[in-house]
Amino acid sequence: MAKKIFERPRYLKENVYHYCPGCGHSIIHRLVAEVLDELAIGERTIGVPPAGCAVLAYNYLDVDMGEAPHGRGAAVATGIKRMLPDRIVFTYQGDGDIAAIGTAETIHAANRGENVTVIFVNNGVYGMTGGQMAPTTLLGQSSTTTPGGRDRSRDGMPIDLSQMLAVTGGSVYIERTAVHSPKHVRRTKKALAKAFKTQMQGLGFSLVEVVSQCPTNWKMTPADACRWIEETILSFYPLKVIKDEVGDI
Amino acid sequence: MTEKQLMRGSHVIGEAAVRAGCRFYAGYPITPQNELTEYMAGAMSRIEDGVFIQAESELAAVNMVIGAAMAGARTMTSSSSPGVSLKQEGISYLAAQELPAVIVNTMRGGPGLGNIAPSQGDYFQATRGGGHGDYRHIVLAPASGQELADLTRTAFEYADRYRTPVMILGDGMMGQMMEPVTFPEPLDLTGLPDKPWKLDGAKGRPSRVILSLLLNTALEEELNWKLFRKYETIAQEIPAAETFMTEDARMVVIAYGTAARIAKGAVKALREKGLRVGLLRPVTLWPFPDRVIRDMSRSVADFLAFEMSTGQMVEDVRLALEGRARVHFYGRPGGIVPTPDEIAGVLHTRYERSGLGGLS
Repeated sequence: MAKKIFERPRYLKENVYHYCPGCGHSIIHRLVAEVLDELAIGERTIGVPPAGCAVLAYNYLDVDMGEAPHGRGAAVATGIKRMLPDRIVFTYQGDGDIAAIGTAETIHAANRGENVTVIFVNNGVYGMTGGQMAPTTLLGQSSTTTPGGRDRSRDGMPIDLSQMLAVTGGSVYIERTAVHSPKHVRRTKKALAKAFKTQMQGLGFSLVEVVSQCPTNWKMTPADACRWIEETILSFYPLKVIKDEVGDI
Repeated sequence: MTEKQLMRGSHVIGEAAVRAGCRFYAGYPITPQNELTEYMAGAMSRIEDGVFIQAESELAAVNMVIGAAMAGARTMTSSSSPGVSLKQEGISYLAAQELPAVIVNTMRGGPGLGNIAPSQGDYFQATRGGGHGDYRHIVLAPASGQELADLTRTAFEYADRYRTPVMILGDGMMGQMMEPVTFPEPLDLTGLPDKPWKLDGAKGRPSRVILSLLLNTALEEELNWKLFRKYETIAQEIPAAETFMTEDARMVVIAYGTAARIAKGAVKALREKGLRVGLLRPVTLWPFPDRVIRDMSRSVADFLAFEMSTGQMVEDVRLALEGRARVHFYGRPGGIVPTPDEIAGVLHTRYERSGLGGLS
């Protein structure tokens, strides 16, 4: 008799992803769905999708979802969580959303120690609008608004939001992971689970920054995009636990 | 009903909001409305399920309100003119996502940073849907302490009934004024209808989404027409205005809020001199009470709009009348609050120039 060893996660809808081939979002969505199921919290979870490629996350994640204006995910999540403290509230945000237009909302939510979980997908580019420079774009990296590459004197340095959030008093768990190889995908899932557990135990603000591939806007094949993460991006954005006041949970 | 008490306008709004079931307030300091934020900080700390957040910006405050409204709470934020400009992003989303919320604008002199004196310069922003997109929201204009209490209760009722943001449009004068007020009893929140659209986790039901992104233009058009029909219903059901000495009036001054109180003093003074003048005070600014003004034009040929601005509501007066009567205007912008004597003088001059007669 055949044994089922792999299936669609319970909290993933039966919709075909709109994401480009090789994009990291579909992997991260699936990990979120798996974690919600494994922690048995899907029926009390409310998600806040961003403006950007992942705005359509509610087409895939089968939990209550409330769309935030661009960058305001942390503020919207604050409102939901404060009214429903026994529910699990997460935001899912890209680098432009969280580290440019939404910097203030994110830092202050972290500083207040809002008991929410932030999933921060860093692919170094504004994807949905067609590949403009993001706050996280690397020096020298080409984009439609840095055609000759990001220049320090003109465009500033790439920002490390997770490090900034780590110095706030209210953040308790921040880790940077990636999804360009199976090993890293597994690590990301562990980090997501820990972030949600942090919230379940009421410990404070948790965030997982996931370095993710955007082959379309990087103008690379999916395989080259994964190699570029390993060889280039991770030297500026090293994968590590940035802050952990939670310990083993 | 509770006993009559003397209270500052900003505090009246706060107390009335709490009694109307407001359980979430987020705000940011700005003069002249800090007393409301401070009142809510104290009041919410005394309610078991009450939440007060001093936000990092007006933008954050209104977005927190969006979240709390999604969760089904009765919510409020407040600010003054420059801060309300920042809130417009969130108000557009509240309208699109059909979320109930109450926004208080204690108007001050502008544009720009302006000053902290009472003004009515935000009428256009309030009544035309001050954010992006094709929407309106209800605007209530209280003119006394008691009305601040009553209309705050009404604002929460309308917000829930029509699933829309509702603005209470006052000014620094309304906020600071001390007047006797009687509050309604606190609302029993368990008696309120359920919100079958709220987000509280998909336990035993299909998951829900509250969104405003509609990439399919046919669906976006459908939403716009749906909102339009809702606004038509609101425009049928809630327009309100107070009339004062208009029965035999030959000239009627139209003014709202603080300006209406000043105008009322002027009308009383001129009546004592025998001039047949009256006052019409819109209580709802959107929807504008145009029918009552149009009906009045059967017996009144001269209207004078008086505003603490260079002339914004006067456009709605003209639209209501569609040329049926002469529309005069007098305004004092920039935070100037004229005296009843000044308005009486203006009315008197207009009255004579329009050939309605002088002193008897």
